[in-house]
Amino acid sequence: MSKIVLQNVDKFYGKNHVLKDLNLTINDGEFMTLLGPSGCGKTTTLRVVSGLEKPQNGFIYMDDKEIVNAKEAKFAPPSQRNLNLVFQSYALWPHMTVFDNVSFGLKIRKESSDVIAKKVASALERMQIGEYAKRYPTELSGGQQQRVAIARAIVSEPRLLLLDEPLSNLDAKLRVDMRSELKRLHHDTGTTIIYVTHDQVEALTMSTRIALFRKGELVQVAPPLELYDNPVNLYTADFIGNPSINFVKGTAEVDGAGMKVTSSMGQVGFERADMTESAPQSGSLAVTLGIRPEQLTISTERDDAHQIEGRVYSGMPAGSETLVSVRVGEDLLTVKELGSTHYSGDQVVYLGYNPKKVNVFATESENLIKYCV
Amino acid sequence: MKDSEHSYSRVRRLKNQIKAVVTNPYNVIVLVAIILLTYLIVFPLVDMLSRTFVLSQRDLRAVGGTGHVAGEFTFYYWQKLFASDLTKSLLVMPLLHSLEIGFAVSVGSIVLGAVLAWLMVRSDLPFKPFFSLAVIIPYMIPSWVKSQAWLSMFRTPRIGGSPGFFTALMLKAGISNEVIEAIIAPIAYGPLAIVVVLSLHYYAYTYLLVSAALNSINSELEEMGEIQGASKALILRRITFPLVLPAMLSAVILTFSKAIGTFGVINYLGSPVRFRTLSSELYSNSQSQNTQIAFAMAILMICIAAISVFINQQLIGSRKSYATIGGKGGRSTPIGLGVWKPLITVILLAFFVVAIIMPVLILILESCMLQQGTYSLENFTLYYWAGSGNPDIMEGLPGIFKNEQFLLSLFNSCRLTLVNGVFGTIFGQILGYICAKGRGRFHGKLVEQLVFIPYLIPSIAFGGIYLSMFSRPQQLFGVTLIPALYGTFTLLTVTSVVKHLPFASRAGTSNMLQISGELEEAATIEGAGFFKRFIKIVFPLSKGGFISGFMLIFVSIMKELDLIILIMTPSTTTLPYLAFQYQNNNAPQSSDCVAIVMFSIVFLVYALANIFGDADLAKSMAG
Repeated sequence: MSKIVLQNVDKFYGKNHVLKDLNLTINDGEFMTLLGPSGCGKTTTLRVVSGLEKPQNGFIYMDDKEIVNAKEAKFAPPSQRNLNLVFQSYALWPHMTVFDNVSFGLKIRKESSDVIAKKVASALERMQIGEYAKRYPTELSGGQQQRVAIARAIVSEPRLLLLDEPLSNLDAKLRVDMRSELKRLHHDTGTTIIYVTHDQVEALTMSTRIALFRKGELVQVAPPLELYDNPVNLYTADFIGNPSINFVKGTAEVDGAGMKVTSSMGQVGFERADMTESAPQSGSLAVTLGIRPEQLTISTERDDAHQIEGRVYSGMPAGSETLVSVRVGEDLLTVKELGSTHYSGDQVVYLGYNPKKVNVFATESENLIKYCV
Repeated sequence: MKDSEHSYSRVRRLKNQIKAVVTNPYNVIVLVAIILLTYLIVFPLVDMLSRTFVLSQRDLRAVGGTGHVAGEFTFYYWQKLFASDLTKSLLVMPLLHSLEIGFAVSVGSIVLGAVLAWLMVRSDLPFKPFFSLAVIIPYMIPSWVKSQAWLSMFRTPRIGGSPGFFTALMLKAGISNEVIEAIIAPIAYGPLAIVVVLSLHYYAYTYLLVSAALNSINSELEEMGEIQGASKALILRRITFPLVLPAMLSAVILTFSKAIGTFGVINYLGSPVRFRTLSSELYSNSQSQNTQIAFAMAILMICIAAISVFINQQLIGSRKSYATIGGKGGRSTPIGLGVWKPLITVILLAFFVVAIIMPVLILILESCMLQQGTYSLENFTLYYWAGSGNPDIMEGLPGIFKNEQFLLSLFNSCRLTLVNGVFGTIFGQILGYICAKGRGRFHGKLVEQLVFIPYLIPSIAFGGIYLSMFSRPQQLFGVTLIPALYGTFTLLTVTSVVKHLPFASRAGTSNMLQISGELEEAATIEGAGFFKRFIKIVFPLSKGGFISGFMLIFVSIMKELDLIILIMTPSTTTLPYLAFQYQNNNAPQSSDCVAIVMFSIVFLVYALANIFGDADLAKSMAG
């Protein structure tokens, strides 16, 4: 229920330039995920929005109201921003009961005790931990503590909810459960959410949009599927997707009609219509093909002349799917096949793919020059 | 909205900046802390230094010639100290003695403390719960009480008056006076006695620091050495020892600077044979109004302490502490003492009996002896405890429980320790909060450095500085800020609080560092202001540290003599000072009584805090 605009935000810790001229708009009701490896500035961005950190440059607007104007040294305190934050460590106060933890903010706002009791009960019920109100945080499991932390953050019905890697301390199974629960929470409340994570699966499954960071700069801001299908550069392509995308080096001859790429995957032609505006008009250049593992088909017998011959490096069946590493020339490619198939080492296999679904990047600039369509 | 479209007002910026600084109580507290610390620590030091260069009225004649006026700039005092006929007796001999005591005590207490710590933490010594309590007791008995006990054991008739316990035994055995003086006197008085008594006192620091370090070593590190085929001795030398070396070096500094600054023990055990150190010279110069000379000596002592800290930092360098690398939580498998176990146990037991239990017993015994040195049942009396004044005994001095001076001192001591414990701990925690929050930032470092200074100043010199500074009214632009405090309880309190700040704030810092910053940030997000956060979050979470810090200050101020000896007046006497006075006025039994009462209070409070508060002295010291 709140629109956030960050403009030209710079943040330094001493000489360390953590956020570099950051511009980002988060729309009303959005589930925006800040994604990137550790140390890329995503948590710092969250803390700058929350008001716990003061940026050295830039402006932040919340619903067109200026809350940060670094030039005039104006920084609205966190309590005036109508937001709440869930910390990675949960930051539950160990000396207070669950009820006291959740009601803390309401008490500071001097709400009447009836209202407090009602709101806390509803928040705890919402997180399915109503029966633990009188317990202390240390008497709860990690997952329950997590729920208390979220209950504490939503009890005041903030217009903006900030979540800092909230699931990273949970075990794998609980994490999947909490993911759907958080998505449901967003659906029910309609609150604008900014969510920080380094886990791309969380980002892809939950967000309406993802902002991908690298070393304090934004690389790409896009809806999950767009980010997955058409990463703007090699960095994004490599970061998004599990198992990782396959990169194959090659050379391209570009002309007005499109380009022809020669690589260990054979010779493939691409149409001009599928290429980006920034792609060169003519000449030859080094390129990198990006092929998602699920776009590769694998068979033990050649049933198409275009198929590429390779040798199995190792096969990893996992029940619902099978990952196969295949050596093709100098490259080691990962293939994802549904179902469970057994491949033995050094077995000869044949790989096929649809050129339309392949990304092409200019190797030198690392930028995308051909879309997956 | 491009950057250029924003209106920009310098006035608004300034207004916002000022508002941000002024409305944040943290800034205000930091500012107040820095101002107060500067005023209470830096200012007195500078004041003291400058006064050694100003000629006083009473030395006009000594300087000689006319044309000199009181208050003019002079090198007279420094010259007198460093380049005059008196240099040898005033400076060189006492300095050598001080260093001798400092080094010997450091070596003695490090060896003793480290060995005890290793036995207690890493070996399979039996009766550990008993030993670990016994090992801490010396820390609670003030060093001057120990010297009193030492005298009770070894006093010789010619120098000290009535014979001590051992001397009396020897006399009974028919050994002649000359032989006794020749054998016992060098033991009873002088450097040997001082070193033994101080080592038995200060080993507690090494013990606490080293055992904390040993506790944090994962025994897998040692087991790895064993798997590689190293012998136990080799493991001890090449793995364990280097890991606790940083802790041992900090203990050296602590011990060295304490030993240099100690006065009570020197006075008890050194003065009968005219063994003088810098601290006793400082005391006597101060008593005889040679204030400037006393100050110059104090500065010298501060320099020695500062140099020793500097050397220590150079030695430790970046390896400040290995403790965290190994990490706690690892298993700790005790190392078998094997065939040595019974022998070591017996030696330790004997050590505790001789070094701890016997002195206390003899002290109690002596306090019940009508006449010193006469060990018979007829001589037994409770007069010194509860007798009403008898003109035939000790010039009519009544027993301590009927003695108003004692009751006053008891009251003063309790008042001083309570007030100090409370304020010292609160200030310590607040300063610790600043140090912890300001880590790596300028204000945090500044406060940390300022708070550390009193640590370098030997107790007796510290008392001297405050005496000089607060004996006249403090004025600023002609307005009296603080009236003359000489002889007031306030001066006593201020001196003790400031001197103990390094410990208190260290305890506070380690305490505050344990509270994750996010807990406070979570409250900030909820809209809690600074004070609300402090009361609702920080304070409740640091309660344990509060109690430990309180204990540390309480114990150390209850037995404090060196620090406050210069600023004592009849109305502000504390128990240690009263005992000191009785001893000097040849009323040793009364002195013993006072010492026993004081020790009992310390022990009782420590036991209570241990039982109810889970206080841990080592925790607050190691910091």
